[in-house]
Amino acid sequence: MTELIVISTINGVLFGMLLFLLSSGLTVIFSMMGILNFAHASFYMLGAFFGFQLTQWFGFWPALVLAPLLVGAVGMAVERYGLRNTHKHGHVAELLLTFGLAFAIEEIVSMIWGKSPMDYRVPATLDFPAFTVFSTNYPAYKIFMLVVSVAIFVALLITLKRTRIGLIVQAALTHPNMVANLGHNVGRVFMLVFGVGAALAGVAGVIAGPALVTQSDMANLLGPILFVVIVFGGLGSLSGAFIASLFIGLVQTFAVALNGSLAGAFGPLDPSFGPSVITDIWNVTISQIAPILPYVLLVLILIVRPMGLMGARET
Amino acid sequence: MIDATASAPGAAAKSRGQSLRFYGIWVIAGIALIVLPLIFSSGGSLTSFCLVGISIIFALSYNILLGQTGLLSFGHAVHYGFGGFLAIHVMNAVTAHEWPVPLPFIPLFGGIGGLALAVVIGWVMTKRAGTVFAMISLGIGELVASSSLILRSVFGGESGITTDRTGLPHMFGWSFGPQIQIYYLIAFWLMISAVAMYALTRTPLGRICNAVRDNPERVEFIGYDPHVVRYFAYGFAGFFAGIAGGLSAINFEIANSAYLGAAQSGIVLFATFIGGTAYFFGPILGAILVTYLQLGLADVTTVWQLYFGIIFIGIVVFAPGGIAGIVMMHRPLIRAGTLGMVLPSYLIALLPTTALACGVILAIETVARYTQSEGQGTVINLLGIPFDAVSPLTWLAAAVLTIGGFLVARITWRRIADAWNRAATAARDQEHHA
Repeated sequence: MTELIVISTINGVLFGMLLFLLSSGLTVIFSMMGILNFAHASFYMLGAFFGFQLTQWFGFWPALVLAPLLVGAVGMAVERYGLRNTHKHGHVAELLLTFGLAFAIEEIVSMIWGKSPMDYRVPATLDFPAFTVFSTNYPAYKIFMLVVSVAIFVALLITLKRTRIGLIVQAALTHPNMVANLGHNVGRVFMLVFGVGAALAGVAGVIAGPALVTQSDMANLLGPILFVVIVFGGLGSLSGAFIASLFIGLVQTFAVALNGSLAGAFGPLDPSFGPSVITDIWNVTISQIAPILPYVLLVLILIVRPMGLMGARET
Repeated sequence: MIDATASAPGAAAKSRGQSLRFYGIWVIAGIALIVLPLIFSSGGSLTSFCLVGISIIFALSYNILLGQTGLLSFGHAVHYGFGGFLAIHVMNAVTAHEWPVPLPFIPLFGGIGGLALAVVIGWVMTKRAGTVFAMISLGIGELVASSSLILRSVFGGESGITTDRTGLPHMFGWSFGPQIQIYYLIAFWLMISAVAMYALTRTPLGRICNAVRDNPERVEFIGYDPHVVRYFAYGFAGFFAGIAGGLSAINFEIANSAYLGAAQSGIVLFATFIGGTAYFFGPILGAILVTYLQLGLADVTTVWQLYFGIIFIGIVVFAPGGIAGIVMMHRPLIRAGTLGMVLPSYLIALLPTTALACGVILAIETVARYTQSEGQGTVINLLGIPFDAVSPLTWLAAAVLTIGGFLVARITWRRIADAWNRAATAARDQEHHA
């Protein structure tokens, strides 16, 4: 039991940091431009697939550097040629553009690489057990993932708080018009931010690819959870996104690991009930409902505290 | 004062002409629905007409949310699915208990199913509008779709629930087995639903929905609560989506979790947006186009969904008003008679734009065939011309068509813009002088 708790905590924190890598980019883009980027999970998927292909050609470490740059370039192109043109048609048009992009990117990826999972392997230099917890060998690659996530988070924090460009980005987060009046090229700042956000998602994809499955529907699996994280943490708040990512990562990991059900706790129902909604709910295990727990949390937070845990903005 | 009374009979005659034209359109639509299967009577046509009819009702119900009240929902298919499942269960119950409920009443139960779900979840969902509502709808859509796989007794798990529509009591001697009888059932419900939804846009509730879409704060000033108004709109949209779901359950005699899924929500969003959300007939056009694209394109190419995505992105970036928006954009020109000033520039732009489109299609098809060429050989047929997917000549042709077509087409598009400026100015001057 303790082993389960320890392993699940480590895995949960790992998943949470991965979610934070993705949601931090999404939050910064949303705070600055008011656009909720539906295609963010698609950038994550592009990162994984570019990482896979570049690993086949050049090896894992060059891929770790090149793939996020490529995804960042794609992100900048999307902002420059797509979002800037639809900005004048309102938020709905921008949201629908990113929605259509998510759809198109998934189709292009499944056209080029097919629909089956890719054989994206952990690099040989990292394929050893890092330490042994109780009786389980914990792989070193997952520790590597954790280290990279934390390093990027720290780098992001330092860039935002201590550099000049970070200062401009922070200002443009709350007062974009004033920043433009002061003479900064807000358009270029937006493009840069969008590109960096996309590159963050790409990094998450490159390092998560070997651990999670690299398949053309991975964006659909992670996309809605990302939005739950954003709404749960509060739109526009980076610290809220951090807390929400860790919380949802832990909840989902523990839920998948547990195998309890009402039937397990209280015994089977009287057979006279027959197949009905009550027997379904009685017999379902926590691990079966683990994928929908984030959505239940979404509904709860919207009923209890609609602006999210640390929400600042509504739109 | 003398002028006012003298022009009154003229104004009355003009409004009589307008109402004649208005009711005439509905009468012609009704006659067309009745006559259509007699002209195109093949099995394939009947099936596609049935699918188009269902999809028109669904798209019109979605436009109550999107176009009328400004609520972008990514989970509208849950009402469609609930309507379908309730209809299936009612049909099975009627057959089992031999109740006197003939088939034409079943879509009403579908509507009740959609309405019930909308009443339950709508109050929480409509608290916010805009981006937050879109995300809530996405989350709740996924929640309901995933729950349907857990609650197997009601939703039938992965295989769904089947029924037999001929087991219900007959009406007018029809057993509703043959597809033509199902077509007339769908056409009947299409007519009723379309009339009802159009009437809804003309009621005070419909107008206040428009006001909530445009300026919710001001609606509060005049005494209405936007939350309540959105809740009503959500209920109506759920009801009509449930009718579409019930008809779909009748047509396919099965209801499964795909009815509720994100893919179905995405398709209705595509159809409504591509058709145009600002006009009533927009979703009708969009539903017809998207259904025929789904049916026809899947036979022609393996990557038809990519074309869907590209068309959608194109409409969002270049024509956010949809097809209806483009059509209605020409109305002032037609009324002023200056349409002839833009038509030649359209014709000139047609050739390079078609070349550009052919280049892009050729590139996509070549990549698709190159990466998925199991058992299909490497030759693709575009417009009857065979292209070998591995030969560099094909790649060259695609590059020339795309890049060359784009460069030439850009010039012709600028000419269209100039011609439009002139025509629009001329139309405006005519209106001022009239």
